[in-house]
Amino acid sequence: MPVQYYIFLSIVLFCIGVMGVLMRRNAIIIFMCVELMLNAVNLLLVAFSKMWADAGRVDASGAQIFVFFIMVVAAAEVAVGLAIIVMVYRNSQSVDINIMNRLKN
Amino acid sequence: MIHLVWLVPFLPLLGFLVNGLGRRYLSKSLAGIVGSGAVLAAFVISLLIFLEVKAPGFQAQTVTLFDFISAGSLHIPFAFQVDQLSALFLLIITGVGSLIHIYSTSYMHDETSEGFARYFAYLNLFVFSMLILVLGANYVMMFIGWEGVGLCSYLLIGFWFKNTAYNNAAKKAFVMNRIGDLGFLLGMFAMIVKFGSVTFPEVFEKAAAIGEGDKIIPVIAILLFVGAAGKSAQLPLYTWLPDAMAGPTPVSALIHAATMVTAGIYMIARSNILYTLAPCIQTVVAVIGLATAVLAASIALKQDDIKKVLAYSTVSQLGYMFLALGVGAYTTAVFHVMTHAFFKALLFLGSGSVIHAMGGEQNINKMGGLKKYMPVTHITFLIGCLAIAGIPGLSGFFSKDEILAETFINNKIMYGIALITALMTAFYMFRLYYITFCGKFRGTHEQEHHLHESPAAITIPLIILAILAVVGGYIGLPEVFGTHSLLKEYLAPVFAGSAPFVHEHEHLSHNTEWLLMALSSVLVIITIFLARAWYRNYEDNGVPRTGIAKVLENKWYVDELYDAIIVKPLMMLSRFFEEAIEKSGIDRLVNGVGRGVHWGSQQARLLQNGQVGFYIFAMVIGMVVLFVIGFLLK
Repeated sequence: MPVQYYIFLSIVLFCIGVMGVLMRRNAIIIFMCVELMLNAVNLLLVAFSKMWADAGRVDASGAQIFVFFIMVVAAAEVAVGLAIIVMVYRNSQSVDINIMNRLKN
Repeated sequence: MIHLVWLVPFLPLLGFLVNGLGRRYLSKSLAGIVGSGAVLAAFVISLLIFLEVKAPGFQAQTVTLFDFISAGSLHIPFAFQVDQLSALFLLIITGVGSLIHIYSTSYMHDETSEGFARYFAYLNLFVFSMLILVLGANYVMMFIGWEGVGLCSYLLIGFWFKNTAYNNAAKKAFVMNRIGDLGFLLGMFAMIVKFGSVTFPEVFEKAAAIGEGDKIIPVIAILLFVGAAGKSAQLPLYTWLPDAMAGPTPVSALIHAATMVTAGIYMIARSNILYTLAPCIQTVVAVIGLATAVLAASIALKQDDIKKVLAYSTVSQLGYMFLALGVGAYTTAVFHVMTHAFFKALLFLGSGSVIHAMGGEQNINKMGGLKKYMPVTHITFLIGCLAIAGIPGLSGFFSKDEILAETFINNKIMYGIALITALMTAFYMFRLYYITFCGKFRGTHEQEHHLHESPAAITIPLIILAILAVVGGYIGLPEVFGTHSLLKEYLAPVFAGSAPFVHEHEHLSHNTEWLLMALSSVLVIITIFLARAWYRNYEDNGVPRTGIAKVLENKWYVDELYDAIIVKPLMMLSRFFEEAIEKSGIDRLVNGVGRGVHWGSQQARLLQNGQVGFYIFAMVIGMVVLFVIGFLLK
């Protein structure tokens, strides 16, 4: 398959992620959208890695290793983020981000 | 001894540092000893140097301490030049200076010990600067001293700085001097452009090589003369000197009579070759000197303040010296500087003694009959008056008569005016003498009770100066007495450079010279008797003066004139700048910038609304914009 398909898919996924972060107020959905963006990037990295490997580059698999790093970091982030959301929910019985402006003023 | 010349200015500098830094800790007697001792020691060294310089065939020597300015081809060393002229001035400055320091220890005794030490610190700094002025081997060194004495003059005129009028007088002196200094500076720049040097021998050699007829030499000469006119109180910059009498009386004697104000004469005598090469400027110098002499003498006729009379007399005598310079009689001008230093310092110190006895009173209408209360002051003051009036046998006679004779050779009309000035001098001095010392006492009973002869620290300098005022003239006896002038012989090497350029004058026959001498002497004696007849039994009737007397009392309204044509327009201009440019222009602009930033940030702070979503949105927008820009730039 040509690499363009992967690129378009990545862009679509990324934009969905961005729009989700911007539009939605539910913290969990925003969180999921962030994951979506990360994975759009991961997909792109793998696609380019494959592309360069096909072109005969021997060091192209580095990008795939990078993807694993992102996954690890994302997993850690999910653990911390979900914990925060749980604590917020316990405090305010809501996961609406618009109520999380108590630091203002 | 010559190589130790740096000690001469260094000792007063040391005195200044000790007194200036230790003014809180030094007792009065210690401050006085440090101050007077430094100048006295400098006097002893000057005397030794003078004895060496006096030897016939002495060549001018330069002592270089270090390189002061070095830029491109211009080298200005920090160097002292010892020759006949500077050695003579060293003697006058440190000699009269020491006497005045000793006098001051008694005169200033009512000051607090801090003020006392401050006074001596300033006085020592002045002596230091004046010595730098006359010792400098180039114009820049001279300028350093020139500015230094101006500063000290300012500090000492405003010594009692709590009095606003005194402060104003100090500022006036400073500003007036500044105008002159600008001329000096420009003259120096012209010199650097033309000769590429400011060192005396080099400048004079190159000027002599160029010779007469070059346009730049008159320009340099007139610019230097502007400087001299400022420092030596000549028309039109003389008005600061009478006001400078706000300072303590010994200061008036030292700075504003004997030494600082003669700096201009020193400078022109030093640059004699430049002036000899510019005859038109010489004429300007002579005319301005003569005009100043006659104007100041006329003002002195009707002044009631004892120090003001002496101040105008100083201006008038300085004018005389410039007249001598202008007619090319440089030696005579220096001669008059010397005799004038003796008798004018004597007169000022005498007036200080009188003021001291009168408890600060300076108005001669309130004095009178002081003869029997203060005999020493009376006798010495009388000697001073006789000397300045030009009674034969006293120092003033010889120097003044020489100026008159030289003027007579040059220009008969100028001679006539100069002679009238001499008569006016005799008249106002004896008016002052008779009103102050003769007749009845006109002050309060309390003052009369307090009248006393001054202590020894005051009378001894008076006596020494009186002796000098009598005998000082004998070093410059005119040729008609069958001897030759020692001074002329002594100073000849200094003026040797300009000798080839002097236009030959007819020499006065001895008969004419005797006749001129007899004429001026007889007229002066008649004038003195006239003054005696009018003022011997002077009574202050309190009637305001009218007509010409009123004009003279108000100093020809020159101060008012300057006020109207210079000060007032300047004030109006500055007020315009303050209102129109400063307040409504620059201030508004600056405040506007501030207000704009304030308004802008008030708008911008609304962006920080605490909504996380909005922040992310802004971030995304920002990134998109950056991408677009990056894309477009590619």
